[in-house]
Amino acid sequence: MNPLIQFFSFQDPNIRFVAIGAVLLTASSAIVGSFTFLNKKSLIGDAIAHAVLPGICLGFLLSGTKNPVFLISGAFVTGWLSLVAVEFIVSRTRIKEDTAIGLVLSVFFGIGILMLTVIQKSGNAAQSGLDNFLFGKAAALVGEDLMVFGTVAVILLVTVYLLFKEFTLLAFDKDYARAIGLPVRWISVTLTSLIVLAVVIGIQAVGVVLMAAILITPAAAARFWTDRIRVMIMLACIFGAVSGLSGAYISFVAPAMPTGPWIVIVISTIAFVSFFFAPRRGVVSRFIRQRTIRRTIHNENILKALYHLGENDKNFLAPRTPDEILSKRSLDRDHLNRVLYRLKRQGYVELSKSRWQLTDNGKTRAQRVVKIHRLWELYLTTQLNIAPDHVHDDADTIEHLLTPELEAELEKVLDYPREDPHRAEIPYP
Amino acid sequence: MTLNDIQIITTAALVATSCALLGCFLILRKMAMVGDAISHAVLPGIVIAFLVSGSRDSVTMLGGAGLIGILTTFLIEFFHKKARLQTDASIGVTFTWLFAVGVVLISLFAGKVDLDQDCVLYGEIAYVPLDLIILPEGMILGPKAIYVTGAILAVILLFITLGYKELFLTTFDPAFATALGISTSLWHYLLMGAVSATTVASFESVGAILVVALLIGPAATAYLLTDNFKVMLVLAAGVGVMASTIGYYIAYWLDGSIAGAIAMVTGILFALAVFFAPAHGLVFRKTRAIAESR
Repeated sequence: MNPLIQFFSFQDPNIRFVAIGAVLLTASSAIVGSFTFLNKKSLIGDAIAHAVLPGICLGFLLSGTKNPVFLISGAFVTGWLSLVAVEFIVSRTRIKEDTAIGLVLSVFFGIGILMLTVIQKSGNAAQSGLDNFLFGKAAALVGEDLMVFGTVAVILLVTVYLLFKEFTLLAFDKDYARAIGLPVRWISVTLTSLIVLAVVIGIQAVGVVLMAAILITPAAAARFWTDRIRVMIMLACIFGAVSGLSGAYISFVAPAMPTGPWIVIVISTIAFVSFFFAPRRGVVSRFIRQRTIRRTIHNENILKALYHLGENDKNFLAPRTPDEILSKRSLDRDHLNRVLYRLKRQGYVELSKSRWQLTDNGKTRAQRVVKIHRLWELYLTTQLNIAPDHVHDDADTIEHLLTPELEAELEKVLDYPREDPHRAEIPYP
Repeated sequence: MTLNDIQIITTAALVATSCALLGCFLILRKMAMVGDAISHAVLPGIVIAFLVSGSRDSVTMLGGAGLIGILTTFLIEFFHKKARLQTDASIGVTFTWLFAVGVVLISLFAGKVDLDQDCVLYGEIAYVPLDLIILPEGMILGPKAIYVTGAILAVILLFITLGYKELFLTTFDPAFATALGISTSLWHYLLMGAVSATTVASFESVGAILVVALLIGPAATAYLLTDNFKVMLVLAAGVGVMASTIGYYIAYWLDGSIAGAIAMVTGILFALAVFFAPAHGLVFRKTRAIAESR
């Protein structure tokens, strides 16, 4: 049977377990990771993930088995310890936070690797599979293990749900939280514990090295789609779940492959797509928006130039040569042509015998821009006492940006003036 | 101490010195985590270079993988400046993705690539004495790793000596450096390029994690021991060498990973400095505070 169908029909209970397990782990990590993202402490997750390795080994050494309860407890202890260490170093020495995190991360991990290799060489048969923690193996998530990890994931989700408002407030305004009497220390401690827990269970799926990715990347991706916290966390959760499911699928199709890297590749792809193509915040959307604004500015500047030429001889609709336009506003000839043809397409100018002239629409539009420019100059000189020779550049920028409402406001404030600071007439339609 | 011991410790010490010197700049520029990112991100570069050139010839590896280090730096900058993603997330997303790609490549091409997943994490420095350079005439020049890491150290020393003024200025006063016409951007990329090259050269012997420990640990320890930058450089190198030697013997005693042991020792030495450093150590600060309050 086609493996894709076999997997996603979820008929095999093993597949169901692995899929549920992977999804629970990645989704809960993504949710908790959203808060570290908001606190701008994403790399702490990386430190914790590396630091749990010695704890896992310790749990194994002390209990002699791979009983998940021992492993989780050990991991939790060293995970917490690493954070305490970072805090200590940052607050008591002149070492900066990034250095502290990197140091704690690599030293704890080194100790973990040392312990792991010693265990591996000790010949204890129970240790096989301990190194699955390095890169993750979702396929190993069956039976009792799943129960334990699944329970922890559910605890995580419930706690986040209950303390959602508190976590959010702490991320945005700790001082206010303190001021209104929230137990800030306890809430921080709880959040930190949740992060450590999420890491401890998440490494089952993605392994120690890549754990940071499922904490940070879903939140980073979700951030680009929305400004609202609840939506962001929901999206992070969904992205995380999708990547977890993909990882489980790959573990099913290619059992020898470690799942961690594939989960990370999937979530990273989602993230890159978000970074580039999310509406409003994405790189591409931003680029298009900026290009549109730039074009509008150029369009209006040329219309303004034609209008100024018209003011000279009182004939706004007369045809002009490109040279005449260039005398009013200097730019590259090719660029001027591009702008003029664009204006023609939009109906603001007409072309006849190599000469360009404003249409009625064009004149109206140009007039408005000129009016705003002069009103603004007057505003700056009279209301803000700025010297008349300093106001032109500012007005040159603002003229493209003021809305009709602001325009009306400006007129009222200045009491419908007739002239600007340079004695030029302010045109009213 | 056997010849094997000396060869392994020498390799580790050479790596430690290169890393310690670069690390001093990294921690003062608050770029420790970028260094961590690069050391992870060069993995796909190494794998691709291996697949393309078909051999573990160090020069091609250094070139190809070094480029990935530059790519990583560029991507982090891109995500931060153009996509407007916060710094910590830019670093996190970039290096985890690149490392994941590297691990997948190794799994997919396991047969053709003479690397395995665990090995890239912590290397296998114990094999250094086995990988010898043997000339066609039959003369044995010694372990390849020593030549490679030695060459890298030479390059790093040259880089730091020639560019000392620029590196110093761009680290401590970027605004002033820019005012003098020094391109902070150029020296940033050069420094990160050096970090990439060092990481790649050290990969085989000590793996990704130890490189990070050696980049940050000795430098941080030295930072607590002195206020003079040149002294800091020398001290960092010294601490690195010390950690390599002590770590090797601990690993030997416990029969465990040499890289892991060296990383652990850098941590111990750092902890000692935190408490007992003459000027900045906590123990002496405390006793001085007590003495002064009398």
